[in-house]
Amino acid sequence: MTMFRVSAVRAAGRGARAQPSASLRKLVLFRKMSSQAWVAGSDSVIRAETVPSRHSALVRITHWITTLCFLALLVTGIEILISHPRFYWGETGNVLTVPLFTIPIPASRATVPTGYGYVMPDQNGWSRYLHFQAAWAVVLTGLLYAIYILLAGHLWKNLIPARADLSWRALSELVAGHLRLRRPGAEEAWSYNVLQRLTYLLVIFVLFPLITWTGLAMSPAIASAFPTAVTALGGQQSARTIHFFVTILLMLFLLIHVAMVWRAGFGTRMRAMITGRMGKETEAS
Amino acid sequence: MSKFSRRMLITGSIGVTAGASGLAVAASLARRYGLIPPDAAGIYGPGETLTYAAQRILTQHSTAREFPRSKISAKPFANEVAPLGDVFKRFQEGGFADWRLAVDGLVARPASFSVAEIKRFPSGSQITHLACEEGWSYIAEWIGAPLSHILDAVGTLPQARYVVYRSIEKYWWDSIDMADALHPQTLVTYGMNGGELPVGFGGPLRLRVPRQLGYKNVKYITRLTITDSLKQFGKGLGSSSPEGGYAWYAGI
Repeated sequence: MTMFRVSAVRAAGRGARAQPSASLRKLVLFRKMSSQAWVAGSDSVIRAETVPSRHSALVRITHWITTLCFLALLVTGIEILISHPRFYWGETGNVLTVPLFTIPIPASRATVPTGYGYVMPDQNGWSRYLHFQAAWAVVLTGLLYAIYILLAGHLWKNLIPARADLSWRALSELVAGHLRLRRPGAEEAWSYNVLQRLTYLLVIFVLFPLITWTGLAMSPAIASAFPTAVTALGGQQSARTIHFFVTILLMLFLLIHVAMVWRAGFGTRMRAMITGRMGKETEAS
Repeated sequence: MSKFSRRMLITGSIGVTAGASGLAVAASLARRYGLIPPDAAGIYGPGETLTYAAQRILTQHSTAREFPRSKISAKPFANEVAPLGDVFKRFQEGGFADWRLAVDGLVARPASFSVAEIKRFPSGSQITHLACEEGWSYIAEWIGAPLSHILDAVGTLPQARYVVYRSIEKYWWDSIDMADALHPQTLVTYGMNGGELPVGFGGPLRLRVPRQLGYKNVKYITRLTITDSLKQFGKGLGSSSPEGGYAWYAGI
């Protein structure tokens, strides 16, 4: 019981640095009460010592596998892009046709006119091998995660926003707070706010399926088996172009995600995603 | 306090055992049905095997998308190749009249065909997409003899598993499994867009495998070898591509 009091005060103090003192006191009181009630309701010492996990083991493991795969996909994707930094719309496109746009970098192929008198080293071989291996790993991990969030109630409990949070007023207040770079209070460490929820839902159910689909649509074998998957996107070059833009969106997500974790408290958030614990409760005991 | 409860240990070991035996069963099934690519030994083996096995199961009988004539690219791109040597130039000066395509290996009647003899097979044509692993592409009409007809003519033996094809470019050779070799769209190509196949696009003879990327479509082919194992060819990885760092299977 002492352990909980100590940790609750610590956690509140750390997280709510920017909060007015009234809400800090209220929060500490709330934490005390809830931990006491919880311990009082438990019937064994072991249960009293068990700290609730911020993130379940499955969420933590799939999170870090996805992180590794995403970084591998990003690096190898850039390597593959360097061999032909031009984008087209429709089914076909090559150096003799007009591009939709080009990326102003030297290419790893002498056949591509880039305006640079320099040809980058060719890294396409291992990049393609690793790109597809990482793609398999992340798609299988994503499927496991999707099944988990559907079955374990994580989707409805933690990701789908409550109706009340979707009002314009609530949303604009939240956006205003973000624009002022307000540090989140400790109470927010235990739940996702509505902007986070909407962003995660967008990444999980729109961007992730879209990047997988556009990636597969570039495969000549997949195109032969599922032609509609290609024509629905406007053609194989369109699929490549959309794949590129979804990558930009996912990169943006990664940058903002890391920046927000940093702002909210890098140590606590990282610890929560690695060990599942929020504070240093175990050390206090 | 123990961090691992008995229940966690039991479920954990059941999970690990189930996973390991599942993998072992999957690997043995994959071997039996020929779903393991020849370059599966390296660190990228798991990804390659998953791609090849999954695509073989999904695309065994699928045909590459064919387009109307109006979709033929006005400006196809002939990718650069290593400089063609004097031997090739002599063939070219003679209008490729002396060019031969040898067919050997696991066949009842090894043979050697001139371009004219290849043209006497019932011809097939297709307007399909050719995409390079680099990202660019074009659509063209390809005219040629279906490889399956040539394999029939030489009497391919039942134990055949791969067709190895070689180019006059010594360091460009490749192989395909029988699913691709017997596929109706796999052509020994001699024509393009209604005319002869230009040298830049692989003339006089190019193997066209439309369900795989450009580099599997080897130009200037001179020899087909039907085999049950790829071990004795080059470094045993199935083609010159893995020796240069590129995947043997290029369906993606």
